[in-house]
Amino acid sequence: MSPRAVLRVVAFLVASSAFAAAAAGTADHSRFGVLKGPFATAEDVTKACSTCHTEAAGEVKKSIHWTWDGTNSFTGQRLGKPRIMNSFCGSPISNEPRCTSCHAGYGWTDLRMTPEENGATVDCLACHDGSGTYKKTATDAGHPLYSPRVIGGVTVEPPDLAKAAMSVGPSQRENCGACHFNGGGGDGVKHGDLDSSLTDPPRDLDVHMAADGANMACSTCHTFNAHIPSGSRYMTTAVDRHGLDLPHDDHSRATCESCHGSTPHAEAKINDHTDRVACQSCHIPEFARGGVATKTLWDWSTAGRKDANGKPVYIKDEHDHLVYSAEKGDFAYGENVRPAYLWYNGTIEQTAITDKLDGKVKDGVLTLNRIGGSPTDGKSRIWPFKEMKGKQPYDPELNTLVVNHVFGKDDSAFWTNFDYPKAIAFGMNYAGLPWSGKFGFIETRMYWPITHMVAPKEKAVPCSDCHTRDPEGRLAGLGGFYMPGRDGSRLLGIVGYLALFGVVVHGGLRIVLRGGRRS
Amino acid sequence: MSHKREVMIYTRYERFWHWSQAVLVFTLFFTGLAIHGTHDLVPFGLAVKIHTNAALLLIALWVFTTFWNFTTGQWRQYLFKKGVFRVIRFYAWGILFGEPHPYKKSLQRKQNALQSLAYMTFMTLIGPALWSTGIAYFLYNSWSHYAWAGTGLWAVALLHTAAAFAMGAFVIVHVYMTTTGKTPLHYVRTMVTGYDSIELTEVEEAYIEETKSTEMR
Repeated sequence: MSPRAVLRVVAFLVASSAFAAAAAGTADHSRFGVLKGPFATAEDVTKACSTCHTEAAGEVKKSIHWTWDGTNSFTGQRLGKPRIMNSFCGSPISNEPRCTSCHAGYGWTDLRMTPEENGATVDCLACHDGSGTYKKTATDAGHPLYSPRVIGGVTVEPPDLAKAAMSVGPSQRENCGACHFNGGGGDGVKHGDLDSSLTDPPRDLDVHMAADGANMACSTCHTFNAHIPSGSRYMTTAVDRHGLDLPHDDHSRATCESCHGSTPHAEAKINDHTDRVACQSCHIPEFARGGVATKTLWDWSTAGRKDANGKPVYIKDEHDHLVYSAEKGDFAYGENVRPAYLWYNGTIEQTAITDKLDGKVKDGVLTLNRIGGSPTDGKSRIWPFKEMKGKQPYDPELNTLVVNHVFGKDDSAFWTNFDYPKAIAFGMNYAGLPWSGKFGFIETRMYWPITHMVAPKEKAVPCSDCHTRDPEGRLAGLGGFYMPGRDGSRLLGIVGYLALFGVVVHGGLRIVLRGGRRS
Repeated sequence: MSHKREVMIYTRYERFWHWSQAVLVFTLFFTGLAIHGTHDLVPFGLAVKIHTNAALLLIALWVFTTFWNFTTGQWRQYLFKKGVFRVIRFYAWGILFGEPHPYKKSLQRKQNALQSLAYMTFMTLIGPALWSTGIAYFLYNSWSHYAWAGTGLWAVALLHTAAAFAMGAFVIVHVYMTTTGKTPLHYVRTMVTGYDSIELTEVEEAYIEETKSTEMR
C-alpha cells in the first residue's frame, strides 16, 4: 500500500471512529427521569436538557444557526437572512412565522429584533432528535405542533415530545436536512446539491454519506466546536492550504483537503490541478442527481393570475412539478444539472435589502451574489455553481430591491391577496425602508456553490469534458487563462498543411513529368 | 577502377535509433494533436499519459544516441558540407527532368549536403526546442506560482506546438523524400536492411574485405 493510501485509511478510521464513539457515548438518554416528560411545550424540553447541559443553549446563541447574523471578514459586509436578498422569496422580513420555522429556536416572530430581544428560546430537538418524529411545523416561528391540525386537507398529529427528548444524540443527516434540504420552501428547491435524497443516499449519489460508502453524517465534515459549525457559504475556504486536519488540529473538517490533503491522486498530473481546480469541479459531475428536482428559475413577474371564476391558477407539469403558481409565478426545474463554472476565491458580495443597484446590473441582469475570483489573483480555483435565474420585484425609482410581504393572515400578504402594491407597501413599511410607490421586475441571477453529492471517483468528470475545443465543453466560457486542448494557435497548423501541400505538388510534378523520360 | 558493392552503411544501432525514433515521433505527434484538440481519437487523459511516457523514452534515446554519436565519431556525418544549393536545385528541378543526382554516396559520406543540413537542424534546433519546452510544460506546477506563469504557460505551449509542427513538416518531407530513390521503396529498404550499393575504390574494397570493418556482400 502506498503511503498515500495508508494515510487515507487512517484518516477514514479517525473520522469514522470519532463519530462512532460519539454516537455510542456513555449516557443513555432514555433513562434520564427529567426527559420522561410530559412536556407541555418544546421549550420545556430545552429546559430539561439544560439541567445537565448547562452551557449548551448559551453556545447555540453564539452560532449563526441562532443569530442569522454574520460579518464577512473578507468584505466587511454584514450578512444574515434579515439583511440580504435571494432569488427565491426575496426577504424573510414580514414573513417571519413561515421563514423562522427553520430558526434553531422557538418564537422568533419579528426579524427586526434579535431573537433574544424577541424572547425566543433555543431548540435542542431540531438538531438532536433521534426518533425521527420531531418536526417544526412550517408556520409557527420554529414551534412544532402541540395539537392536531389540518394542513393541506390532512390532519397532522403533534410529535410526542417525551419520545423525542429521550431519543437525543448526535445530529443525523435527517436533522440537518429538515431545514437545509428544504431551503427556498421545499425539497431541493434552493441548493441543488442538498435534498432529501441525501438522507439515505446510494453510493453513486454521495460516496461519503452512503451507507455502503463512508456512511458519514453532515457533522463528520462540518465539525462543531461549542455548537459553532464549520464550513460557510458566506466565507468559503476556496483553497485550503492548511491541508490535512488529522488529528483535526484546526477543528474544521469542512474542506475536502481536511481529510484528503492537497495531493490526493496517485497520478502526479492530476495532482497538478488541485491548485487551480476545486475538488468539487471534477468530483461532482452534476447536481440534483438523487431524483429530486431543483428550482432553476423563479419568475415573480407573472404571479397573481386567476381563472375565469376568479380562482388563483396553479399548473403542474408531467413530473407533478408546479410550473405556474398564482402565488409565486413561473418556475423551471432541473435534475442531473451540469454546474456553471467560475473562478472563486471564497468571497461573495451579497445584495442587501438597502443596497442601491447601480453598477450591479449588467445587460439588464442583476447578479444578487457577485462571486469573487480571477485566474490571476493567486487565491482562486475553478468552482462549480448552481445558476439560479430569477425575476423579482424592485423599486425602479429608488433603484433597490423590495421586501415582498407574501405570508400572513392579513389583507396585504401576496399569497392570499395577489396584490403587489399592497404586499410591497406592507413589506417595506414593516422593514422600515423607503419605497417610491412604484415597482417593476428585474431579471436576477444567483450562484450557489456546489459542494455536496460527491460521486465515487470512477464517476468523476473525464479530462476531455474540459480539455476540448468543443463549444459545449464545461469550461468553454471561462476565459483569461491557457488550457491545453481548448486553447492554442490554430494558425500553427498551417506549417503542417504547407509541408503536405508542397510534397503533393512536387510528387504530382514528378509523376506527370516522369523524370524527363518522355519518349 | 571502382565498382558498386552492397555495403552495410547503417549499423544495427543506427537502424534501431532511426526506427524507434520514428515510432516515438509518430506516437508523440498523434497524441500531441489529440492534446492540441485537433482530433479526439484518443481521450485527452490517455493522450497525455502516452505523450508523457513516449517523450521520456525519446529523451532517453536521444541522450544515448548523442553519447553514441560522439564515441563513434559519427557526429561528423552531420557537419556542414558544400554543395547544398546544387542538391536543392536537383530536388526542385533536376529530379523532374531526369538529371543525375549531384552527389554520390560514399563510405565516409552517407548523406548529401541537404540531408546533413536537415538532420543537423532536426538535432540542434527542432529537437531541443521540443524537449526544452516539453519539460517546462510538464513541470508547469513547479513554476505556476510566479506572476508571469499565466503568460509563461501560453508561451511555452505555443513554442512547443510550433516546434511540433516544424517536426511534423520535417517528417512529411522526410517521408516523401524516401520515394525519390532508384525505386520508391529503395531508401526504405536500405534503412531496414542497412545495405546500400556504394561505389567503392579497389583500395576500399580490399580494405573492407581484409579487415571486415563493415559487412559487404
